[in-house]
Amino acid sequence: MKILVCISNVPDTTAKITFTNDNTQFNTAGVQFIVNPYDEIALSKAIELCEGGKGTITVINVGESVTDPTIRKALAIGADDAVRVDAYPRDAYFTAFQIAQYAKSNDFDMILCGRESIDYNGSQVAAMIGEFMDIPSISIIKKLDFDGTTAIIEREIEGGKEIVSVTGKFVASCAEGTAEAKIPNMRGIMSARTKPLQVIAAESIEELGKVTKFETPAPRGTVKLIAAENAEELINLLHSEAKVI
Amino acid sequence: MSVLVYVEQANGKFKKSVFEAVSYAKAIADKQSTNLIAISIGNVADSELKELGKYGASKVLSVTNDQLNSFVNQAYAAVIAEAALKESTNIIVLSNSFSGKGLAPRVAVKLKAGLVDGAVELPNFDGGFSVKKTAFSGKAFAVTNLTSANKVIALNPNAFGVKESAVDTVIEDFSPTIKSTDLVAIVKEIVRATNKISLPDAELVVSAGRGLKGPENWGMIEELAELLGAATACSKPVSDADWRPHSEHVGQTGIAISPNLYIAIGISGAIQHLAGVSSSKVIVVINKDPEAPFFKVADYGIVGDAFEVVPRIIAALKAHKG
Ligand SMILES: Cc1cc2nc3c(=O)[nH]c(=O)nc-3n(C[C@H](O)[C@H](O)[C@H](O)COP(=O)(O)OP(=O)(O)OC[C@H]3O[C@@H](n4cnc5c(N)ncnc54)[C@H](O)[C@@H]3O)c2cc1C
Ligand SMILES: Nc1ncnc2c1ncn2[C@@H]1O[C@H](COP(=O)(O)O)[C@@H](O)[C@H]1O
Repeated sequence: MKILVCISNVPDTTAKITFTNDNTQFNTAGVQFIVNPYDEIALSKAIELCEGGKGTITVINVGESVTDPTIRKALAIGADDAVRVDAYPRDAYFTAFQIAQYAKSNDFDMILCGRESIDYNGSQVAAMIGEFMDIPSISIIKKLDFDGTTAIIEREIEGGKEIVSVTGKFVASCAEGTAEAKIPNMRGIMSARTKPLQVIAAESIEELGKVTKFETPAPRGTVKLIAAENAEELINLLHSEAKVI
Repeated sequence: MSVLVYVEQANGKFKKSVFEAVSYAKAIADKQSTNLIAISIGNVADSELKELGKYGASKVLSVTNDQLNSFVNQAYAAVIAEAALKESTNIIVLSNSFSGKGLAPRVAVKLKAGLVDGAVELPNFDGGFSVKKTAFSGKAFAVTNLTSANKVIALNPNAFGVKESAVDTVIEDFSPTIKSTDLVAIVKEIVRATNKISLPDAELVVSAGRGLKGPENWGMIEELAELLGAATACSKPVSDADWRPHSEHVGQTGIAISPNLYIAIGISGAIQHLAGVSSSKVIVVINKDPEAPFFKVADYGIVGDAFEVVPRIIAALKAHKG
């Protein structure tokens, strides 16, 4: 079994989000970058599926050389080798196209992504890879069992879940619950240094749009405190002032 | 050129988020001085399809092929793209629901369309076509300018609201081409908790954190939610400890929501939690620690012990409802 796991390089969850150049660029000064938390779940699922020598895991990232530490982290967690498509990941359309081009010429049984990258929150890449490759894509999954031929997948829907079966190649984007995130151990960290990381060139594809400006949410006013004994007042305020109940 | 809206159905019914998407698409169509076409896939009664006219859809394409009874994004995307070509629509709107997230990117690739997911406002037509969307897990917004001829927009629930704009509606059967290779994924089973309000759609949400001490204490949270007609949510450590299901976990690594009212009980307000809830319209925080960071982003706050305060709120709410 061969599994491809897509890894994006994102700002740490505690990072302060600010912008430069007249609010047109994310300010990376002082920001630490990490493996997208959902991609850790996808990778951990791949490791579970391959346990006992049942398969190999390749991680792929579309990014410039600054993302190499993030790729090494994925290798330390347990991927066997890595590919970096050497280009700035300008949007999901570009990124998914690169991944699909690579995956088409390499025979993977499945491609796992995270549910969304925590910077642009697109939830786009997985389904776009599916479309570029003309194979099924299941978005926002919570469970995945694979018997070597058929995958049984649980997908989240509003107020419940859907159980889907797929035979043949597919893409899935993993949410919490799919697997327990694995932490690299010392041996993993040591071996990650020497695992293969192949750098390949990007292919060109048309641009359909781009982010032109960032905005930060308007600050809220100060909190109105209500005495703990006075629950009636809260209900009154929610009813007649805030008008939400 | 007109606007196409995909109306997602569940058990033959449309949810509020669908009427929101129709209202939003209608507002775009009005700006373009064109009409709005809706496409529905699956078995939906004509009376329900007619409802779409209330929000501005003057034509509804209804696809009722048995092979498309359950949602398979690959096949549904092909149907929507085919409808867009047939009707020469160049703007396609859908809800940014769980299914919408699996569908919109496929439609976009098929039509070589720029895609804005998680849109929160109407497009701005000044000097282009730009749409504001949430980014950085609610910590910022990104304005995306689409330059492609075709455009796909996935609208966030509760971002635009439902707006009535009644028009006459014709319902037309639409028989798309179906490729068996688009039907490889097979839906085996759908499990829905019918009596619960789903969190992403909810207008009111009652959420609790580690301050509640254990799963046995969620009775009062559920009672409060039921009285309000609210959905329940929780912080990450709570779902990690299996006190509550993962589907209730909100925040940067959980679901991002923007209800009209978010009540946070025994939640500290860590940056990753706030990321998913800070765009709620009104925030109420109940915490025994006056220094809890959550108070900084709250509209109303009660400093106190949840085990005393929540029962009082329940009593006050019962009295208020009479
Ligand atoms: C990569 C990453 C991603 C994360 N993603 C998320 C996410 O998506 N969502 C999320 O929620 N967290 C997330 N976290 C975790 C986050 O950092 C916090 O640890 C978490 O939100 C804290 O949960 P909590 O407020 O329930 O618990 P605590 O921080 O333990 O806070 C409990 C609160 O309850 C109050 N309290 C205690 N007893 C009472 C009482 N009797 N009455 C009233 N109040 C009481 C306390 O004063 C305290 O403020 C993430 C962390 C990381 C590192
Ligand atoms: N630059 C990238 N390189 C590799 N994989 C990516 C990249 N960006 C996104 N992905 C994958 O696609 C998923 C969804 O990302 P997005 O569509 O940006 O929300 C992520 O969780 C990753 O698995």
